[in-house]
Amino acid sequence: MKRIAMASLVVGALALSACSKDRLGDEYGTGGLGGDYVAGSPSDPKSPAYFQQTIGDRVLFAIDQSTLSAENTEILNKQAAWLMENPAYTAIVEGHADEQGTREYNLALGARRASAVNNYLIERGVAPNRLQTVSYGKERPLEICSTEVCYAKNRRAVTVLAAGAATS
Amino acid sequence: MMRRGFDIYPGAQTPNGGHGTACVRRGKFPPAIGRRKTCKNRVKQHEEGIGRMSIELKKLILERSTGVVMSAMIAVMVCVVGLTRPAMAQGPLRIEITDGVIEPLPFAIPDFQAENTEAGEYARSIARVVAADLVGTGLFREIPADAFVSGITSFASPVAYADWKAINAQALITGAVSASGDSLNVKFRVYDVFSGQPLGEGLQFSGAISSWRRVAHKVADIVYSRITGESGYFDSRVVFVAESGPKNAKRKRLAIMDYDGANVQYLTDSSALVLAPRFSPTGDKILYTSYETGFPQVYVLDVATVGRQVLSQQQGTMTFAPRFSPDGRTIVYSLSMGGNTDIYAMDINGGNPRRLTSTPAIETAPSYSPDGSQIVFESDRSGSPQLYVMPAGGGEATRISFGQGQYGTPVWSPRGDLIAFTKQYGGRFHIGVMRTDGSEERLLTASFLDEGPTWAPNGRVIMFTRESQGATGAPSLYSVDISGRNLRRVVTEGAASDPAWSPLLK
Repeated sequence: MKRIAMASLVVGALALSACSKDRLGDEYGTGGLGGDYVAGSPSDPKSPAYFQQTIGDRVLFAIDQSTLSAENTEILNKQAAWLMENPAYTAIVEGHADEQGTREYNLALGARRASAVNNYLIERGVAPNRLQTVSYGKERPLEICSTEVCYAKNRRAVTVLAAGAATS
Repeated sequence: MMRRGFDIYPGAQTPNGGHGTACVRRGKFPPAIGRRKTCKNRVKQHEEGIGRMSIELKKLILERSTGVVMSAMIAVMVCVVGLTRPAMAQGPLRIEITDGVIEPLPFAIPDFQAENTEAGEYARSIARVVAADLVGTGLFREIPADAFVSGITSFASPVAYADWKAINAQALITGAVSASGDSLNVKFRVYDVFSGQPLGEGLQFSGAISSWRRVAHKVADIVYSRITGESGYFDSRVVFVAESGPKNAKRKRLAIMDYDGANVQYLTDSSALVLAPRFSPTGDKILYTSYETGFPQVYVLDVATVGRQVLSQQQGTMTFAPRFSPDGRTIVYSLSMGGNTDIYAMDINGGNPRRLTSTPAIETAPSYSPDGSQIVFESDRSGSPQLYVMPAGGGEATRISFGQGQYGTPVWSPRGDLIAFTKQYGGRFHIGVMRTDGSEERLLTASFLDEGPTWAPNGRVIMFTRESQGATGAPSLYSVDISGRNLRRVVTEGAASDPAWSPLLK
């Protein structure tokens, strides 16, 4: 669990930019990098680790698209069910784009992707006040190569849990 | 010669047979594009009001030019030619920027004369900065000092034209510097060697010693202006995003520097992602996007105090891609709500937000025309990102980009004649320019990733971000002139992106 120490160091260094709620496994703009430490065990259905790793906290998109595939909705159905069973969490849906495209366009494209996931989760019963969206555009790639292998993983929307029930 | 469609000039600097001419009409850019047919007496335009913050620059005319010299410059538009074109060697010293200069104009700039001991180091340094400014344009070539037949021993003495002709120096720049206490005084003259006459009046600037580079840039701006007939761009700054860290965990902070990369200052720390800064028309404020709250929002920063203020913070929205109106009173920007991105405008204090576009498409990257009456922006309403122009208050938009590929980040030239843009086509990115009606599209660069053009204050040079590919890929700043020549990297300490050029400083 070396990651715990690393993660807490990073959190310490970035305390100034922290949001009002603790975001799990997503310190300042790391954009839902896979493998970040989140609480609990992936085999404990109540844990954020289960949400992140067992259910899957992200869905991927085709080039320049924000429509949800059947594979995406299958994951999002489970995300929605988990969120409804675990009211002590809220979530921020992060939209991301690959590095093809301009900065501005990709910000808008990431917003579309985040919104598609957000709307779907609401449709599945998650209270709207438990969800927020943000776009990172192409600012936070997960994979750093410049080929489609990486791009495909970077065109994503990640549902990042935050501890604390919705307050409004 | 009107051109339709587009040409690709990937920074090409094609030599053209070495005729020794400094001005070859290539027809790439027709004369109709904003070319000034007359050479006004620019000195008068510059005479007053040169001062900014703690820097005071005064310009004094050392002597009046004869009416004969100036009227000759107004009347004749002749290219500068080299020794191989003796028939034209008597014409006034002149470069036509729009023609795409093939053979840079040779000039000499001996170290300026130090008029007292304190001025010693500045006498040389100022001449070096002036030379670097001129050479950096790609329009000029410096003749090294070791080729000089004779030197300059006194600023006041007559110039030995024959000695400068002998080394084919078309232009000669001489100067003298004196320093006392905190202040510096620089006198200079420009000579048209082959006409055997001064080119305009001798001038002097005085300012704080700490602003010696600005003084040098001002000298270079005047030299450039006298020879090209265009206003200069050297006494200007660039705000940009300084980047560090790996590609998947980049740290970004705002930085400002002189246009040539000197005097870097950081304006924000790297605790929050910052994107796409833009100068106000007076250069004293900067708009940018920051993730300070965890969500991208538009901020305004005061350059002098580095104080910043969020301009729009509406729950559930993201704002980005801000830009000032030419009068500095309005900010146009993108706002995303519910996944839909539209263009909005608000007052400079953040009040009175109003929606300018309302389609389900992505609408972003707005930029005003210099007269403030229109906005060019990017929209994917047709199915792919293209460029559109609409009235500044919103309303019907006209599509102006029709080439193959995707277009983004349009920026209206400060001269009003062209729109620079990013184009993605065939797996490559390009910086290009087109007329404001979309005609005469020309691509100036090509690479894995070029984006985000910004105009030099005189509308003749474009700076942009070029990012290399792969896991270790990183962005740098580059500049290119509007003929696609003189592609240069702007040297920065580390990785840098999103440059925005200031207006010419006052």
